Amino acid sequence: MNDESPLLTVDNLSVGFVTKGGIVQAATEISFEIRRGEVLAVVGESGSGKSVTALALMRLHPGNAITTGDVDFDGRDLLNMSDAEMRSVRGSDIAMIFQDPMTAMNPVFTVGSQIVETIRVHDSSVSKQDAWSKTVDLLQLVGVPEPKRRASQYPHEYSGGMRQRAMIAMAIANDPKLLIADEPTTALDVTVQAQVMEVLHEVQAQTGSAMMLITHDLGLVAGSADRVQVMYASRLMETGTINQIFYESQNPYTMALLESIPDVDGLKDRLEPIPGNPPSLLNPPSGCAFRPRCNYAQPICAVDKPVLVSVGVEHESRCLRAHELGADTEALV
Amino acid sequence: MTVDETFTSGVSLNLAPNEPILTVRDLVKEFPIRAGVFRRQVGAVQAVSGVHLDLYANETLGVVGESGCGKSTLGRSLLRLIEPTSGSVMFGEEDVTTASKSRLRELRRDLQMVFQDPYASLNPRLPIRDIVGEPMVIHGVSKKEARERVGELLKRVGLLPEHGNRYPHEFSGGQRQRIGIARSLALRPKVIVLDEPVSALDVSIQAQVLNLLDEIQEEYQLSFIFIAHDLSVVRHTSDRVAVMYLGRIAEVADKDTLYGRPAHPYTQSLLSAVPVADPKRERSRQRIILQGDVPSPANPPSGCRFHPRCPVAKDKCTTEVPELRVIGEGHQVSCHFPLEAGETLLQRVQQLGRTPVMSTVK
Ligand SMILES: Nc1ncnc2c1ncn2[C@@H]1O[C@H](COP(=O)(O)OP(=O)(O)OP(=O)(O)O)[C@@H](O)[C@H]1O
Ligand SMILES: Nc1ncnc2c1ncn2[C@@H]1O[C@H](COP(=O)(O)OP(=O)(O)OP(=O)(O)O)[C@@H](O)[C@H]1O
Ligand code: SF4
Ligand SMILES: [Mg+2]
Ligand SMILES: [Mg+2]
Repeated sequence: MNDESPLLTVDNLSVGFVTKGGIVQAATEISFEIRRGEVLAVVGESGSGKSVTALALMRLHPGNAITTGDVDFDGRDLLNMSDAEMRSVRGSDIAMIFQDPMTAMNPVFTVGSQIVETIRVHDSSVSKQDAWSKTVDLLQLVGVPEPKRRASQYPHEYSGGMRQRAMIAMAIANDPKLLIADEPTTALDVTVQAQVMEVLHEVQAQTGSAMMLITHDLGLVAGSADRVQVMYASRLMETGTINQIFYESQNPYTMALLESIPDVDGLKDRLEPIPGNPPSLLNPPSGCAFRPRCNYAQPICAVDKPVLVSVGVEHESRCLRAHELGADTEALV
Repeated sequence: MTVDETFTSGVSLNLAPNEPILTVRDLVKEFPIRAGVFRRQVGAVQAVSGVHLDLYANETLGVVGESGCGKSTLGRSLLRLIEPTSGSVMFGEEDVTTASKSRLRELRRDLQMVFQDPYASLNPRLPIRDIVGEPMVIHGVSKKEARERVGELLKRVGLLPEHGNRYPHEFSGGQRQRIGIARSLALRPKVIVLDEPVSALDVSIQAQVLNLLDEIQEEYQLSFIFIAHDLSVVRHTSDRVAVMYLGRIAEVADKDTLYGRPAHPYTQSLLSAVPVADPKRERSRQRIILQGDVPSPANPPSGCRFHPRCPVAKDKCTTEVPELRVIGEGHQVSCHFPLEAGETLLQRVQQLGRTPVMSTVK
């Protein structure tokens, strides 16, 4: 593969869960790319399908999931390779960082031994000593103080922020090409969040890996993403560069989301809430899923399902009025 | 809205202008740490360590700080949902901390609380009607009357009277938080302590609840203590803001002063750590990254509790506890070396000849 081709290409990915109440359509016809070395942020409300999409790429879904579509990672077909092949992709080519580090760490082993294990599972020719010294280096890189001593401690002896660093160390142990970080700092205090984001940026700069950053914090997105994709009710609503999304959005949901958040610099007098609640995924509304809450909705929006349309270079929006939005938007309400 | 007289017969307050409705002095709450077979006390978690606060009528006082700094413990101690270890909480002329049990029940008509977790704070076995009506029934309102008022309250918070027959699990997080707010309003209180009322909600729903709180505050003449860890939300909702660190008040001021020219090194670093949802502003910020984690309140640092993380601490900070003192109108800070108006933490760090750890956000 040459360096121009995308690292990851997701084509028409859908995930449904079979439940007693029917099929929960958690990700619908998702298509996107991640390029080498870039940070792609995925934002959207709780339940919009962010984690489901990421877990589907990693084939980490439970038995009740029906996954369709194509996922190409560096020329390899992730959804159709054998389980053994997929295991070797996980933890080496693609690594995941979760909100709760305890989901990735085993409480009965020391932090160091778990990182050593990660290294040696991937490459059994590495000696224990070499793996251990690499582990100490990794802990140092992510800012764990006294890494030699700390490596022999158990996860519960680490603070929350420290555990998150250790998980990052484990994730990057085998130089992955893609890091999937699902709400990596949501459980952390804001001062510790700043430390951890800093570590992620440094790690990324040093290893050149790409990152899919899943978060509901638009502030984090503003500070770290190259491109952004916004999800709503299991679908992509808008994709664009960081500036397109924040300053030239052509999607009513993205615009409403940005209007609804308070600003620490005090630049907003009034918050514009989005009325109502997100729709049920069991029986979504007809037409556009956002229509019941949308300021710009017209009768046609209850009938036609919008598709993602191109509204600029690298910029796509799912809205029947996408082409009208953006310029003199206020006049359209 | 028609209000029966029984709902306004809480404690009568005759506040002089500028007299606080709630005055908190030297409030302390320690949780014993026990160990061994005999469960002997071997130490104490110093969750709240000598807090001073004033709450004025019809204002919102924001209380911010990182996880574990004692915000919820403070909020619960004010209403004696947990017993404070020492200190006083004056509601008008009356000390809540020494009130008898029956008197406390009376006082609770005026002092209400809304909790963070809209899932855990509502009894799952009761229909909404009973959850919202319960405080009224406890205080002797007839069932029929309570039911009527529940309908009104539900309408007021943006739900339908018919929702009274449903159970908590049938509602979304935002709707449950509205139910908690309706319940807290049932007895027409004067003060409501809101403990992270929107933290569990999605941003689009947060704004709905924040706007609702704004409206009812005006309509019901309420004073709010608004506890949160989100500094943007607090700036938006509060008139004045108190910043807590490890059980103590670090700084209090009106919000423009606190956000505009914070004097405590902790306030400045906390504010600079908050990401803003604007790529141009966010990427042009100069940000000092505080090192380390918040220490445990079971074993707080000597002197200024912030000194191990403070980039401008001096010797005095390690030994002497800085008292909360006035440095400007309505502006109090507990720091031996507060920043001057307009002085940034970075300037102070450089002036001391130290090298700050700066963010390298791209
Ligand atoms: N195993 C499962 N069985 C049934 N439904 C599921 C399952 N896993 C996820 N879902 C549903 O899929 C939808 C999307 O969930 P997902 O976890 O992707 O949301 P999210 O965008 O990551 O939200 P959050 O911000 O809360 O993490 C939700 O409605 C969720 O309840
Ligand atoms: N019942 C209890 N017994 C022992 N320790 C407690 C108890 N309740 C709280 N603590 C401790 O007191 C300290 C302050 O806790 P508190 O819940 O007040 O913090 P907080 O500021 O509300 O944090 P958060 O932002 O996480 O809600 C913490 O160290 C906590 O572990
Ligand atoms: S008293 Fe000292 S340690 Fe505490 S904040 Fe002020 S300068 Fe920093
Ligand atoms: Mg998720
Ligand atoms: Mg709390």
